[in-house]
Amino acid sequence: MGRYLARRGAQAVLVLWAAYTLSFVLLSALPGDAVTNRIQNPEANISPEGARTLLAYYGLDRPLWEQYAHSLVGASRGDLGYSLTTAQPVRELLASALPSTLQLTSLGLVFGVLIAAVVAVATNYAPWRWLRTLTASGPALFASVPTFVAGIVALQYLSFRYGLIPSVDDGTFRALVAPAATLGLVVAAPLSQVFATSIRTTRSQPFVHVLHAKGAREGYIFRKDVLRNSSLPVLTLLGLAFGELIAGSVVTESVYARSGVGQLVVGAVNTQDLPVVQGVVLLSTAAYVLINLVVDLAYPFVDPRILVDGAPRGATRRRARQRSVVVEPAAPRLLPAEVVMP
Amino acid sequence: MTTVVDTGSVTRPGTDPAPALEQPAARERPLPVRALAWLGGHWTLVLAVAVVALVLAWAVVPGAFASHDPLAVDPAGKLRAPSAEHWFGTDQLGRDLYSRVVHGARASLSGSAIAVAVGAVVGSLLGALAGWFGGVLDAAIGRGIDVLLSIPGFLLAITIVVLLGFGIVQAAVAVGLTMTATFARLIRSEVLRARTSTYVEAATTSGASTWDILRRHVVPNSIAPTLSLVTVQLGIAIIWIASLSFLGLGAQPPDPEWGRLVSDGRNYIASRGWLTLWPGLTVVAVVLATNHISHHLTRRDAS
Amino acid sequence: MTAVLSVENLTVGYRTRGTLVPVVHDVSFEVEPGQVLALVGESGSGKTTTGHAVLGLLPGNGQVTGGRIRFRDQVLTELGPRGWRDVRGRAVSLIPQDPGVSLDPVRRVGHQVEDVLRLHTDLDARARRDRVLELFELVGFTDVERRYRQYPGELSGGMRQRVLIASAIAVEPDLIIADEPTSGLDATVQKQVLDLIDDLRARSGTSVVLVTHDLGVAADRSDLLGVMQHGRLVETGPTAQVLADPQHDYTRRLLDSVPARLASARERVEVPASREVVVEVEDLRKVYGDVAAVDGTSFEVRRGETFSIVGESGSGKSTTARVLTGLTQATSGRVRLLGTDVTGLGRRGFRPLRRDVQIVYQNPYASFDPRFDVYQVVEEPLRSLRDRPPGSGGRFSGRFSGQFSGRLGGRRPHEDEVVAALEAAALPADVVHRHPRELSGGQRQRVAIARALVLEPKIVVLDEPISALDVSVAAQILELLRTLQAERDLTYVFISHDLAVVRAISDRVAVMREGRIVEHGPVERVFSAPETDYTVQLLDAIAGRRLTAGVP
Repeated sequence: MGRYLARRGAQAVLVLWAAYTLSFVLLSALPGDAVTNRIQNPEANISPEGARTLLAYYGLDRPLWEQYAHSLVGASRGDLGYSLTTAQPVRELLASALPSTLQLTSLGLVFGVLIAAVVAVATNYAPWRWLRTLTASGPALFASVPTFVAGIVALQYLSFRYGLIPSVDDGTFRALVAPAATLGLVVAAPLSQVFATSIRTTRSQPFVHVLHAKGAREGYIFRKDVLRNSSLPVLTLLGLAFGELIAGSVVTESVYARSGVGQLVVGAVNTQDLPVVQGVVLLSTAAYVLINLVVDLAYPFVDPRILVDGAPRGATRRRARQRSVVVEPAAPRLLPAEVVMP
Repeated sequence: MTTVVDTGSVTRPGTDPAPALEQPAARERPLPVRALAWLGGHWTLVLAVAVVALVLAWAVVPGAFASHDPLAVDPAGKLRAPSAEHWFGTDQLGRDLYSRVVHGARASLSGSAIAVAVGAVVGSLLGALAGWFGGVLDAAIGRGIDVLLSIPGFLLAITIVVLLGFGIVQAAVAVGLTMTATFARLIRSEVLRARTSTYVEAATTSGASTWDILRRHVVPNSIAPTLSLVTVQLGIAIIWIASLSFLGLGAQPPDPEWGRLVSDGRNYIASRGWLTLWPGLTVVAVVLATNHISHHLTRRDAS
Repeated sequence: MTAVLSVENLTVGYRTRGTLVPVVHDVSFEVEPGQVLALVGESGSGKTTTGHAVLGLLPGNGQVTGGRIRFRDQVLTELGPRGWRDVRGRAVSLIPQDPGVSLDPVRRVGHQVEDVLRLHTDLDARARRDRVLELFELVGFTDVERRYRQYPGELSGGMRQRVLIASAIAVEPDLIIADEPTSGLDATVQKQVLDLIDDLRARSGTSVVLVTHDLGVAADRSDLLGVMQHGRLVETGPTAQVLADPQHDYTRRLLDSVPARLASARERVEVPASREVVVEVEDLRKVYGDVAAVDGTSFEVRRGETFSIVGESGSGKSTTARVLTGLTQATSGRVRLLGTDVTGLGRRGFRPLRRDVQIVYQNPYASFDPRFDVYQVVEEPLRSLRDRPPGSGGRFSGRFSGQFSGRLGGRRPHEDEVVAALEAAALPADVVHRHPRELSGGQRQRVAIARALVLEPKIVVLDEPISALDVSVAAQILELLRTLQAERDLTYVFISHDLAVVRAISDRVAVMREGRIVEHGPVERVFSAPETDYTVQLLDAIAGRRLTAGVP
């Protein structure tokens, strides 16, 4: 187990490093001297000292690899550089934007899981055919509604027409519900699809048949066999979905005019504030990698097969295979990461 | 040693497969009747194809459908509610919204087509190389795919937009590059699956050369799943490009684009909901239709 | 004595696309306490459906459309869902086929056996646990505490089947439906499991309905035998009587197809020692990772001979086949085919030999490109190993013609040879335009044989060619292989797990275990005077002693 931990940890660090390098390469490929351009931009709001700090920090006169090494060392210490528009440290900007986004994404995930569970269970167990058909089309519908459309329509009706929710973020829980529900709808699409399919697949497994032959009720079978087996792929997907939640919050925050990481990155893109963009990408990649690491580590406790197989060595691979197998019937080859919408 | 059972690949025991008998009645009916019966049974599919066809026509010959010039400003007739003259109403500059939606189809559709083309071509190439050659190349490409998939896709697209600049083509290329990893992964597994299949082994023992195996077995058998992924990704690309435009990172004013139209209309959602509703519903309808068609193709491919 | 189970005029149908297709017609039988009724039949005969109807576990689209099932004084076919649940597991239980997938992979096996106690008894947790441990001892587990906590993945196939048997007998039912309880298990394990069922039945007086495709198992283990064909029970009676004096044609045909009987019927002419050696294997080793799949085997095969390699799963027999056909390279040792040393040859280097060395797989359908029709499948060796098709202008003009010209209705370039090969495999010429999916399992295997023979090879490796087929079809394929061998002077290397089949077809046999050949020699000698314990064990495990008993 210790070796497994070390291995997975090293993998996570590797991915983070690669993501950092990729974003560095992408952004340094920009034409012109971005930092100088920004500082000299009349719209920029940078004091002379700020400008000096920036120039000293980014050391643009040095060769590219030196800049890379310098910033990589900084990043590994949590120093993500300075904003090119306000000269504030990126870390501080992220820290102040994060709490609001975390609230939004956490509640969004809760909504997503709830919607997915209701849809998946109804699709498989509803006593009426019409309801099963209706809920079965849920995932496809959720996946077809862009976040911004769902958000705008919700805002229009819930806020302006019926006044149920505040139209601006006033910091209350009530203001959080609609954005979180919007986001929840986004993650509910892949979650409900995979959950519904995997319940169906599990129910057709021979071991469920055997439990029927023992004289068990559907409820008993659901609790004992179906729930656990069919939530395994959903657990995997949760890890994947969380990263996308962060991305989806970009649009949601824009629609509801909430401050947060999403707004931060959109603003940074519009002003070509590269360090901030890079910081957000790194933060969300780190969150994504971390969540998946946690899921990977938790997985053997939920699925004994992985420990049984001698070592959790092939764990990830097996999960991938199992995932694709379970997802197969309804949407072959449609892997979770792709179903998630911004 | 213990064995791990791949629970996905088994069939339920003890169900003697009921003989799938052809229904003689269906055979005897004349072709037009059968065709109608098929269409009746697949009316949602017919509807989806109709929606996609209409929107494609909008993109190709917008002039034939639009009632007004999408860019013609009419200060006297701004923010009009939908009417017989202006089906979807007019915007804050008095431009006809319906015509702008029709003309917006070109940006949205060509954008997603470019995106998927970029993703499919680059991704398939990488995936095929990895799947066929295996070894170090596979490991390298595989790691690359892992890294790309670890960066939330939409943020990656945003980053690439920063690099390429704002605009519909740039947004499309950014989305396409983001999709590369997905295509590469699929093609890799398809090629790998074909390469290790018994029928390719049988071709080897039949004396087929590597080139023959690639040309006759691996490529043809990998094409069908690739095409169904293309249709799935089209729907996603439409949404992503509209979302980028909504954030102001895609199509630039005054060119109409669906996401942009929704974004333009959001200042008026309190009183003039149609400005956001109609372009929004258009996106939903098109994506639903695309996804439905792709679902149908995928299911046929799977059976 | 009154019957435990009586089935009266049972008719079962499956609903497909609105029409009810009957799959079991008018089946009647009775089982008395302590009796074993074996229902035998080939796939699609309705035997499993009948078994499941007794448990009320037909799939969603199946329904009993006529007749009655009576269990003691209860009419099962009149029960509602609640009534059924009370009967299942308590009074009538199931031993499923395929133990590999019949246990929930993420629950401890002890808990899974406890399910039955939880559902049908008032025992408290502690008592339930004690009872499970007791059951585990009963099915032959030692270290029952540990077994209780294990997950199915930690157990072998035979052990999993023991767990399933434990839950089937947990509340001492009056009737057990054993649905192909040993399919997928190695022969020696199969024997242990069947012995266990026998033993438990003898102790508790439970009746058993044994559903099986294996006439040998049915013959050895049943008191009553019911033979099913096309959904009808064509013959039923005491097992000994049915075997000795079968009344129905189909029963007779089935009995004649049993390999054990074929063997005795075969006239074998020994291949003279003077004939050339065409396969020469010396100290072959093949290592995967740190496991030696084949660990130093040596053998020789002469022209015209059938050499069989027999062993249980993981014995290395299939790896040997792969080395012989150039699909994988030996780690060390020497392999000579038709005088050519192929030991170091890669796939490309092996290619010239493919004209003479062909292989037939266990699952023919998987060995066909799903996009190919029969013509394309059989033609593949021709187009690959002949530079140009006859009558075509040149290399490139001929290249794509095969793929398209057939669709246009014209004759395809190799049509004559392909049809000849199909006819040699006893297939009608018109299958050439069909797709393999339209063919039956036996026909598909004939197509695979036609593909292997189209180049007129000298050596054919047969990798479990009949183990996926029904017994009567398998007998026909064996017969075909034998005829072809006689006509074309073929050399066969026959890979199988089934000793009865091996006996029926081979001249010489090698018994493999854990990568080594533990015994080899002429088939009669190995079967009549085995030299190693393992061979004795294998021979012992062959089902169907009673079938051959009557045959000289």
